[in-house]
Parts: sequence; C-alpha cells; structure tokens
Amino acid sequence: MSLLELDDLVVRYGAVEALKGVSLTVEEGEIVTLLGANGAGKTTTLRTISGLLRPSRGAITFDGQPLKNIPAHEVAAMGLRHVPEGRRVFPQMSIVENLEMGAYRDRKHLKVDMERVFGLFPRLAERQKQDGGTLSGGEQQMLAIGRALMGRPRVLLLDEPSMGLAPLVVQTIFQIIGEINADGVTVLLVEQNAAQALRRASRGYVLETGTIAMQGEASALLQDDRIRQVYLGESTGDEAQAG
Amino acid sequence: MRLSVLETKRLAACLGLGLLLAVITGPSGSQDHPSSGIRGSLLDVRVVDFLLFGLVVWALAFGLRRARQTEAVSGPTAQLRQTVRTALDRRGARPTSYLAMLLVAILVPLALAPAAQLSLFLDIGIYALLALGLNVVVGYAGLLDLGYIAFYAIGAYVTAYFTSASALPIHAPFLLNPFFVFPVAVAVAALAGIILGGPTLRLRGDYLAIVTLGFGEIVQILARNSDGVTNGSRGAFGVPGLSMHLGPLEYVFPRTKALPYYYLLLTILVLVMIAFSQLERSRVGRALAAIREDEVAAEASGVPTLRYKLVAFAIGASTSGFAGVLFATKQFFNPETFSLQASILVLTIVIFGGMGSLFGVVLGAVVLQGLAYVLRDPIPFIGFQVADADRFIYFGAVIIIMMVFRPQGLVPSRRRSREIKLSEQGLGHADAITGASEVKP
Amino acid sequence: MAFADQFWQLTVTGLVIGSVYAVIALGYTLVYGVLQLINFAHSEVFMFGAFGGVFATRALLPSGNISATESIGLVLLGLGIGALCGGLAAFALERTAYRPLRRRGAPRLAYLISAIGASLFASNLAGKEFGRDSVNIPKDLFDYNTQVFSVFGARVSKQDLVVFVVALALLLLLDRLVSGTRLGQGIRSVAQDSDTASLMGVNVERIIVMTFVLGGLLAGAGGFLYAMKFNASFTMGFIPGVKAFTAAVLGGIGNVRGAVLGGIVLGLVENYGQFFLGAQNLDVVAFLVLVLILLVRPSGLLGERLGRAA
Repeated sequence: MSLLELDDLVVRYGAVEALKGVSLTVEEGEIVTLLGANGAGKTTTLRTISGLLRPSRGAITFDGQPLKNIPAHEVAAMGLRHVPEGRRVFPQMSIVENLEMGAYRDRKHLKVDMERVFGLFPRLAERQKQDGGTLSGGEQQMLAIGRALMGRPRVLLLDEPSMGLAPLVVQTIFQIIGEINADGVTVLLVEQNAAQALRRASRGYVLETGTIAMQGEASALLQDDRIRQVYLGESTGDEAQAG
Repeated sequence: MRLSVLETKRLAACLGLGLLLAVITGPSGSQDHPSSGIRGSLLDVRVVDFLLFGLVVWALAFGLRRARQTEAVSGPTAQLRQTVRTALDRRGARPTSYLAMLLVAILVPLALAPAAQLSLFLDIGIYALLALGLNVVVGYAGLLDLGYIAFYAIGAYVTAYFTSASALPIHAPFLLNPFFVFPVAVAVAALAGIILGGPTLRLRGDYLAIVTLGFGEIVQILARNSDGVTNGSRGAFGVPGLSMHLGPLEYVFPRTKALPYYYLLLTILVLVMIAFSQLERSRVGRALAAIREDEVAAEASGVPTLRYKLVAFAIGASTSGFAGVLFATKQFFNPETFSLQASILVLTIVIFGGMGSLFGVVLGAVVLQGLAYVLRDPIPFIGFQVADADRFIYFGAVIIIMMVFRPQGLVPSRRRSREIKLSEQGLGHADAITGASEVKP
Repeated sequence: MAFADQFWQLTVTGLVIGSVYAVIALGYTLVYGVLQLINFAHSEVFMFGAFGGVFATRALLPSGNISATESIGLVLLGLGIGALCGGLAAFALERTAYRPLRRRGAPRLAYLISAIGASLFASNLAGKEFGRDSVNIPKDLFDYNTQVFSVFGARVSKQDLVVFVVALALLLLLDRLVSGTRLGQGIRSVAQDSDTASLMGVNVERIIVMTFVLGGLLAGAGGFLYAMKFNASFTMGFIPGVKAFTAAVLGGIGNVRGAVLGGIVLGLVENYGQFFLGAQNLDVVAFLVLVLILLVRPSGLLGERLGRAA
C-alpha cells in the first residue's frame, strides 16, 4: 500500500474544473515530483491533499486512511505537512515563533526539534528574534521548511521551494530536501525547475491542464524528448514554457 | 431510528429556536424584575407549543433534506419550480403581472379605513421609495449605507426651510411651493452624499458603513441640539401641504387626507422604478455590476470605480432626500423621526425583498410594513400581536434569517443571485466591501 | 471658565472613560484581526455585559450597611458576571450571525448586514426583557463619589479610580494573553494568514470562536465598568460602540496596543473637545475624530499590524 494515494481527483472552482481526474501515488521514503506549467493544477493538487480545498469527486488516502472531508488542521496533525507556495511565513512573528507554530499541536519535543532545525539551517539560528517578514526569500523558504519539520511530518508537500531564489540558494534548498528525505521523510515536490527536481526525485508526474499527461521514473523522464523541450528549456526553437 | 450527531445538533438548534421564539413573543420584563419576562415565557404551558413548533421545523427540514438527497434534480418539486420559472419567463408574463399589481395598488386603498390609508402612504409607500433609493447603494453598488435616513432628514428640513415662514426658527428669504423644493432637496441631499462619500468611498467598504452610521447619528444630534435652526426636539410644525397651480388647474393636497398623497407617491414609485431599471441597464449600471463582481479587475480595465460608487451613493442620497420632501408636506416631524432604526428598517426592507431587485424591494416594503401594521392588533383566534416597540426584534431576526438562508431575498434579482452563488464558490465578490486598495500582505 | 482651569479635570475624566473605550475597542480589533470584519454587533455584547453586571449586583446586594470586603466582592462579582454575559452573547452571536455565513463563504457585505440584524435584534430584545429605562448599580454598593485624592486640583473619585484600575488590569491581562500564550499565538497566526495557520494544525474555526468570546468577555466587563460610571440601558451600546470602533481605527485596527492607545487618546480628545463645543456635542467630537483619522491616516497611529501584539 502506498503512503499517499490520489484516485481520480476532481476539483472545481465554480464551473471550471481545475483537476479533471488526477491519480498518483507516493511510496514511503520516496521523493516524487509533480511537474507542469503555470495553471496546470499543481498547487490545486497540494491544497486539496492538505485539506484547504474540497474535491468534488475522487479519493485521497494517507497511510490507509481516507482524507476526503478532513479539515486542514486535522490533516496536519496526522503527519502530512504542506509548505505552501510563496512560503507564507508569518510575517509578524519571529523565527522562533514561526517554528513554534509548526509545533502548535504538540509541544513535547519543541526544544529538541528546534535545535534540529537550527542545525539544518544555521542561517535561521543566527536570526532567531528577527520577524519572518523581514527575511530574504531564501531564509523564508528555510523557515517555511523548518516550520513544517517542527510537526515531525511523515510526508512533506513542497510547493515550488525554488521559486524566485538565487541559483546558489536553490542548490542549498534542494540539498536539504535530500537530507530531510534521507532522514525518512517522504516528499511530494511540486516544481517548475524540472531539471533539479527530477535529479532529486525517484519518480515524476507531469500535469497538463488538470490531468496527468506523463509519469514515470525520474531518470526516464529526464531523457524524454518532450520533457526536455517543454520543461527543461532545451528548446529546439519552440517557445519554452518553463518560466 | 438513530440520529446522527449532526441531526441531533440540528434538532437541538430547532428546539432552542422554539425557546427563543417563546421569549420573543412572551410577556415583557422590567428593570426591577429583569427575569420576569423570560420566566413568564418559559415557565408556562405556552412553552410546549413553541417546543412543538421547533420539532416541526426540524422534522420538515429533515424531510426536505431527505427528499432532496433521493429526488436529486428531476423530482416533482424541482419540476414544479421549473414550470413556474418558465411560466414567469414567458414573454408578456412579467408586464401582465406588473399591470395587475398596479391595478391592485390603485384600487385596494379605496376600500381601506383612513388609518390604513395613512399607513399605506407613510409606512409602505414612503419606505418603498426609500428602499428603492437604498437599493441603488446596497443592491447595485454593493455598499453599506447605515446613515441613509439622514438624507431623508435633510430633505424634510430643507422643505420646512423653503416652504414655511413659521415651521422653523429660520426660513428662506423667499418661500417656494413644495413642488419646487423637490429639485432643491434632491440637490442638497446629493451634495451631502458626495461630501460624505467622496473621502470615505476611497477606503475599505466597511469603513463607509461605520462613517455613515456615525453621520446618521450626528445629523440627528445636531437636529436635536440646534434649537435656533431646527427647533430642536420640538420639530417642525406647519409645513404647508402640496399644491398644484398649473395654469387653470388648481389642486391643493389636503393634509388631513392620505389618499391623494398616496396616489401621487404611487406615480412617483412607478416612475422611479422605470428610471432605476434603465439605470441598471445603462453604462453606470454595468460599471457597478463589474465593480461588485471584481473591483480589482474593473479598476484594471479602466472603470473609474470611485466615481461610479460615488454616483450610486449620490443617487441613493437624493432619492432619500426626495422622499423627505414628500413626507414633510404630509406629516409633522422632529429629530426622533430620523433614528438609526429607521435607517436599518429601510435596509431590512431591501434585504428582505431582494438586493438589486426593484420589484422585490417594493414588495419587501409592502410585506414587512404591512405585517407590522396588521400585527399592531391581535390576530383573531391566535391572539398574537406585536407591540410597536417590539417590531424591531422581528426586523432584526428577519435580517439574520435572510442572510443565513436566503441572501438573495424574496424576489431575487437574477444577476445578484448568480453573483452570490459565484462568490460563494470563490469567484468574485458580490459586493464592493473588499476594495481594490485592500490586499492582504 | 478658562480651559487651563478645567484641563486637569478633563484629563482625569478622559483617561477614565478612555480606558473603558480601550477595553471595548479590543473586541473590535481582535475580531477584525481574525476575520477582517467590523463586528457591528459588538456594542450589544457590551450592553448584555452591562445588564448582567448591574442586575447581579442589584440582586445580591445585602440589605443594610455593607462592609468594605462585601463591597469589593460585589464589584468583582459584577465584573465577572458582566464578562460572562458578554462572553456568552459573543458566542451566541458568532454561532448565529457569522458561522452559517462563513460555512457558505458569503460575500463580506452579508456579514455586515447580518451583524446589523443581530444588533437590532439583541438591543430590542433586551429592551423588551429588561425594560426601556436606564438602570444604575445600587447606590449602596460603595460611596463612589467620594474623592480619593486630587491631582493638580482635579478630583479623582473612588469610582474613577476603580474603573481606571480595573480597565488597566484587563488591558495588561489581554496583552499578556495575546503575546505570551498558545491561544494568543493561535489568534495571531490566524490574523496573519489563516490558511497557513490551518496547515500548522490550528483549528481556525475554534480560534475564531475563542476570539469572539475573548472580545465578549472584555466588552462584558467593560460594560459593567461603563454602567458603574453612567448606567445600563438597551440602547447604551451604540454610542460607546462607535467610539470604541473609532478608538480601534485610531490606534490602527487589528493592532492590540494600538486599540489601547486609541481608546485613551479618544477619551482625552473628546473631553477636551467638549469644553469648546459644549457638553451636548460630546458625541460629535468622537465622530469628527473618526472622519479625520480616516481621511488623514486610515492605518491609525500605530499602523494596522494584523495579529501583532505590539
């Protein structure tokens, strides 16, 4: 049984179908990446899994338990943590307070976990009292990931962690995602930076206008001509959509 | 049969509603015996009736939900609804029904007692006119104006100032026939609206609500405290009635009779309804609809949102001022006439009838104010009645119930109901409260 | 009399009444923080608190002379029961007039209207149940008019002192709660970003209810304080309600310390202002302040810092 399973998921905004029957699986310990252009439905998929959106059809199963109609705060408590697009750190809370928010439901391991996060991201340790809103993009991303880790997640849903960051910072972030995964956290990674994501992931899915257009081993997808053209920007003259 | 947790909660809510209703309709308390009203309402056999009522409401709702689940879309009630809708949509059906209702509005008053005729003019007619004006602000522009009655007050005091040498301590250097005061009052009220709305409409929409609330209160306080201008709390006496001198035609509206005023008002109502339905279809109306649905997008595509909101606000204010003139020529008034509750009453009518729906708003005035009039006396057999002072408990309840269960109102405007539905699915706003300037950090 | 002669007395009155505005303003600012909505029915929550406290002290007042301990106990009891009534009213309000709309995702206009309806309903129901005349706390509760001390010749009565000290204590208590407790952190997180808060495991619905109740407890206690200084009546909520809202906007809506500052400043300004405009225009001053602040600096003195304790 897979750790996380989506089966024929349909999500509507009014009359518009944002997801038209998405199925995917994530096995325990994997990094799976979900690729696609803007508006393909990647963020919608993550928001539906974490309970922020209600699907109008289909099923989500996490560790054998159905997630449909479970509110977001319960999903978070079950060990599934979503690091949202745009990082969304609490702008008027300090780094420490932001991390405390990650452990809102259970503060038993607060001290230990915070030390661990500071170990992963020494930059955060130096700025403990600084407000989230005053941090740089990279620091905010680190804080957002660290905050999610404070909940001791089994699955981490990451929504475009590399967005708007300098190449060097992107490297660091992906490296840390690898470390987190090596510690046993399963990762579902939504990315537009397909090359980086596929290099880290074991498998990948490609979303196009609300449906899964392609799926397979990450190494195979990296070699696929269409992927190379459209998502890796190795254009043969056509306009690349990876931006 | 075992009830789910949700159904048990619903049952409890319905029974609670029954108890609340028992308290509302029960005997009153007093400051020395603050719990006597509640005790008299609940520790009495009558409470059984209300609990039963709660039970029936729950059972009906339960049955309805069941039926809806099994019947889906094609069931008999859905079919019936569809039939009614197509019948109403048939070409000619609406004009015919409007004509029939106009006929009723013309003929029925002739058979009423003088007191009822007066109420028809004062409570229904004037309030229908007020509601039509507020509908432009709330229904078309999606703004909340809680000081609406202040413009009505302005209209009334302007009338007293220009038509009578004795109604107020001060008067205009020249006196006018009340008919000529209409444009003056409309202009003054519109100007007041622009002065008030100009700066505040720039802000978040809910600030407009509180500023207008304060404005309404200030106008009342000033009217009360300015003895030398408004005659203070004694009010304005002796504003002359309406009179017409059109060449050979002379007619004086007798202040003692309500019907002539009523028929004049009815004519005005019809004209205003025609004008506002044109307004809705005009450039202004379409711009307002765009602002309601998505203010940021409207602004971005070049709609001068502030100007259109201001236009709507001023139209509302001038309608209120217009109604004030009509009222002043018939009825004595003092600052207490223009209370906050009067503003909220107009709002209740608009909400109940259906925001954005001209016909709904007028029907709202007829039903709500008509009921309030009828319920002043006990209903035969049941003995239920509503004291004048208690009316507002019911009006408040009507507002909440409408907002919870039927936000589109009794006779919804089609465009508004669609907007409300879409906004509930997360598309657009259906109001102008979330201003373009407001984006969460 | 010249303004200078009156200055200190006006200051004392302004501080006392301003501290009560601050206590009520917190309810507006807290709810605004989590919902971005003006809770128009907050004034009625305040009214129920005032009635609750006043009726409790009237019912429990022993006959004959009462001792100092009894007197203090009764005032505290009145405060407690006032707060409780306010909290209950706020809870009921949230359940009936707000939650069903939130479930549906109604447009914001609908919330404002529904709150207006609730306000109309509640105040008139109170008028029916508790009578339409004003009620005072019992005369024998304590000798409120006795002067305790004077500053620069301005007399400070026992009543002034009690109201001010209690209000100040409530304000400090709330400030601690918002900045230093888990509930406070939950409230701030919802105010800053409710979606993300729910991703952290925060039950946003519960936080919203708790915020209403917290604001209600304060408004209820504030209602009793207000009734101690003036009286309680079914229409009493409106004017202090608008003023407390003004105070919240003045300080920067959503900003807890701003609401406190706004309350005090408004209390002082309206008392200085009434010296020039006449006592009957006291309420006009507050309104002018509101309009002025909205025109000149709509984000308030300390700025709108949603969910920020400081």
